[in-house]
Amino acid sequence: MIPPLLFEIGLQFFVLSLLSIGGANAVLPEIQRRVVETQHWMSDADFAQLFALSQAAPGPNVLIVSLVGWKIAGVLGGVVAMLAMSGPSSVLTYAVAHAWERWRDAPWRLAIQVALAPVTVGLILASGYVLTRAADHTWSTYAITGVTLLLSLTTRLHPLWMLGVAAGLGMLGIV
Amino acid sequence: MIAGMDRSAAAAPERISAPRLFLGFLKIGLSGFGGVMPFARRMLVEKQRWLSELEFLDVLSLSQFLPGPNIVNVSIIVGRRFSGVAGAAAACAGLLLMPLAIVLALATVYAQFSQVEAVRGACSGVSASASGLIAATALKLARPLKGSAWQVAVCVAAFVGIALLRVPLLWMLAALCPVSIALAWWKRA
Repeated sequence: MIPPLLFEIGLQFFVLSLLSIGGANAVLPEIQRRVVETQHWMSDADFAQLFALSQAAPGPNVLIVSLVGWKIAGVLGGVVAMLAMSGPSSVLTYAVAHAWERWRDAPWRLAIQVALAPVTVGLILASGYVLTRAADHTWSTYAITGVTLLLSLTTRLHPLWMLGVAAGLGMLGIV
Repeated sequence: MIAGMDRSAAAAPERISAPRLFLGFLKIGLSGFGGVMPFARRMLVEKQRWLSELEFLDVLSLSQFLPGPNIVNVSIIVGRRFSGVAGAAAACAGLLLMPLAIVLALATVYAQFSQVEAVRGACSGVSASASGLIAATALKLARPLKGSAWQVAVCVAAFVGIALLRVPLLWMLAALCPVSIALAWWKRA
């Protein structure tokens, strides 16, 4: 018997897996909408903290999904969320990969690719907005978000430096 | 086309065993924080030479085109190409197992200390900074769209719908993708 909560987590991420055009970063607002606003599994602040934790561990950015599952139902919840998020899309990718070679230069394929690019960018922009709303409540946190944004756009500074300095400022109680 | 020529010129192996795929993607999975795609390119193209530069771009464009975490899709396509189902499973497992274990261990430790003032502060700082990183990623990706008015319009529509109006993603995609595809088809060179 699968516990109902694990089943529910699996179902949510199964659907998200097939909706996640543009990858994990593009689907963050939808994850937040489902787990915070619709299911009430956690608060906005919890979601922001999980996102911070996912940045502090090595690995692909889809790891946020396992932390969301963990928050709801412990380690097993994390594993179920990850499997459900990666499984359906992987099966689809496996099935389509071969045919792709034939369609490489088909005009409709190129049109879809050009069409999906701005959708993906809009979704990732929305992720930045939704996460900022969840994470920032004081002028100092807004300042950290703004400075990080500026530095990433204007310098080649490694992101880990920015995260590290932000963590240090937070630890000192400045944030 | 160019990609076809490149394939014949590449010295890529015909087959790579599942254990080697597992280990290769294990290294990729552990090589970066908050995303590993740049490391995947370095590993697959420059170090292991499993793919040529053009083949990697081809794999990347398919992995972005299909739903699912992009890097997971890369592992499935590369694993499948060199070792079929076993290869895809091995590459995907190699990519995800260790990061999953580490992040869940980290979360368990974090839960013990989440009430400590310094830990909470550090977490607030990191989440504020990470939000800025995501926004920057999006703006960098948006630069190539600048020249095309309809692409900018589609991008703004996606942002407004998802971020401000909180439209469910399924509806948003169902409404926006056909419009965007029609525009792309109509405007194609």
